[in-house]
Amino acid sequence: MVKIKEALESCQEEFFLPGNSCCAGCGLEIALRWAMKALGPNTALVTPASCLNVVVGLWPKAAPNFPFTNMAFAAAAAAATGMSAAFKAKNYRFPDKVWGEMTTLVFAGDGGTTDIGIQGLSGAAERNSDFIYCCYDNEAYMNTGIQRSSSTPHGAVTTTTTLGKERYKKNLPAIMAAHEIPYIATCSVSEPLDIYDKFKKAKSIKGSRYIHILAPCPPGWGYQSESTIELARLAVKTGSWILFEIENGITKLSKKSQPLLDPSKRTPLIEYLSNQKRFSKLSEKDIIELQERLDLQWLKIASKIKYQENPT
Amino acid sequence: MVEATNDFVQEKETIVIKGNISAAYAAKSARVQVISAYPITPQTTVVEKLSEFVDNGLMPGTQYIKVESEHSVMASVITASMAGTRTFTATAGQGLFYMFEMLHWASGSRLPIVTTIASRGAAPPWNIWADFTDVMSCRDTGWMTAFCATHQEIYDEVLMSYKISEDYEVLLPKFVAYGGFILSHTSKPVIIEDQDLVDSFLPPLPDEKGWPHLWIDPERPLMFGNLIMPSGFYYEFRMKIHDAMIRAKEKIKSVAKDFEKTFGRNYGNGLIQEYKMEGADVGMVIYGDLALQMEQAVDDLREEGYKVGMVKLRYFRPFPVEDIIKIAKKVPLLGVVDRATAFGSPTGGPVSSEVKTALHEVEGTARILPMINGLGGREVTLEQQKNQLKILIKLNETGELPKDMLYGTYWDGLLEVK
Repeated sequence: MVKIKEALESCQEEFFLPGNSCCAGCGLEIALRWAMKALGPNTALVTPASCLNVVVGLWPKAAPNFPFTNMAFAAAAAAATGMSAAFKAKNYRFPDKVWGEMTTLVFAGDGGTTDIGIQGLSGAAERNSDFIYCCYDNEAYMNTGIQRSSSTPHGAVTTTTTLGKERYKKNLPAIMAAHEIPYIATCSVSEPLDIYDKFKKAKSIKGSRYIHILAPCPPGWGYQSESTIELARLAVKTGSWILFEIENGITKLSKKSQPLLDPSKRTPLIEYLSNQKRFSKLSEKDIIELQERLDLQWLKIASKIKYQENPT
Repeated sequence: MVEATNDFVQEKETIVIKGNISAAYAAKSARVQVISAYPITPQTTVVEKLSEFVDNGLMPGTQYIKVESEHSVMASVITASMAGTRTFTATAGQGLFYMFEMLHWASGSRLPIVTTIASRGAAPPWNIWADFTDVMSCRDTGWMTAFCATHQEIYDEVLMSYKISEDYEVLLPKFVAYGGFILSHTSKPVIIEDQDLVDSFLPPLPDEKGWPHLWIDPERPLMFGNLIMPSGFYYEFRMKIHDAMIRAKEKIKSVAKDFEKTFGRNYGNGLIQEYKMEGADVGMVIYGDLALQMEQAVDDLREEGYKVGMVKLRYFRPFPVEDIIKIAKKVPLLGVVDRATAFGSPTGGPVSSEVKTALHEVEGTARILPMINGLGGREVTLEQQKNQLKILIKLNETGELPKDMLYGTYWDGLLEVK
């Protein structure tokens, strides 16, 4: 992993500028800032309908210091496909220019990714379209007022799940893995150097790359804005949000999640859940069940990793 | 896929091809740089032929994206066009409906995207045959809409479309529509033009900077499409789309002239094409492939001594209001035939409603008899079209309307319901 000192030296340049309209403590802002630090200036971004449409600034304000295209809700992955195709077509006509070095980036929310955008994303991933697709996951439709999405976790209260969501969170990284794309990673905004590393690596790979970032949302989750990092970190420490990479089909736990294979290293899930108003409807029994479900998930991961190391 | 290293050579040749293949050849002649497509009957052979061209290295540098839906088709050509490339796609019916959201995105971005439509009926029930309701339903999307009556016209109109759409005073996307199966799947001789001549006719491909109003370029970072308050320029942008659409009329006319000068084929004034309207007692306004057969009907009736004429409408958007008024001053009665529906509109037909609107409060213009026929590919015979002309003659002479009128519109060729 990149060292803090090194990162501070090479990451001075800002592409997502201050003065934007993000809420205090917005997870999305941290995610985009660090992604762009890793990707650098020859990056063109597409975003479907999401908080990002608004927080970049209402016309004529614009916080992004790089090409930034707003796109229809269901259309992000296809739009990025078209954009990267155009860069290839331009590279054919103007081979000595920047077009061959362009990175096409999607930054989409969980609604735009796991719900309305999934058809386009699946199509693009199957084609292995040349882009990095990043889902910043705040686990509900925050821009429209905290409605449930398929990425909302079980038990979370939203404005359309007033008693807490019954169903479980859709596992998008696993769905992307089923597409056998070259690179998949998960990140948390509490680990900016991990974000930096993973975007750097993604940039060096061709084809469809998918990065899923947990991006806490103070008004949506119901916590004080200064606690964003703390909560994102608790999500990792409890093992509720697992940091990993899947490169050419091989799953590898990232540094902060690796030790959690040992159950005793995991912080109890209740510490993550009890700090958010959205989980206020969970009973003690619910929490015990969720903890058991999480432990089972870790057993599956452990056996998968074991199998990868020794496939017999 | 064969990597193309050299430019391709296309000498002028006449080949017998389907209408869809004519559209594909036109895209190749126009040197489109990005194609995105999803198969839908009856458009499929357009995208098949283009695959063949690209796979065989006949479209050097062209990127062909085979997406998973029409919504993605339009999304991908929109961003490809934004990035400053010439783009092409083709669709029909349900596919066009599915891309509807993105149609506004294309016109709102003022992108010169050209799309051919092998028009078909709207489901349910499933229908894949000629019916222009698909493209007519996109009336207010800010896309220019032209119709073709012949296989050659498909090739020619696609070429003209790039010249019109890419004009800096227009910069609007455009549909080129033709009847599914009737043109898409029948074969006729089509002249494929010499590449050098096509290159001299069309504007050059966009340079590295792309279009004048919109680009994706790290050297000139631009944020496109962010939220704008009601006090911002949203309203003015809308007005400018309408303004560009109206200005396009003159461009369409001058491009048609230019086209005739370059390639020797005449398409009237570009917006409309009159046929034997001089000295006519009555006239018929008609569009698409049925216009071709209507010429025959006019010829036949002229031989029988009836003074009839017709006007082939080439454009629905922009609508040639001025030309329609001129025509409507030549004769006391005009029939207007739609092969499309506009439910609940003044006449039930999109073009006849439009013609009525154009003539409203204009003194000394013709009475209009709206007609609808051939929906969902229902056959419209030469005899039927001759009868439509005779209905006009009778109405003009005796004031007698045909049977089968429904709220003032003549629905021709309905099945008997017992």
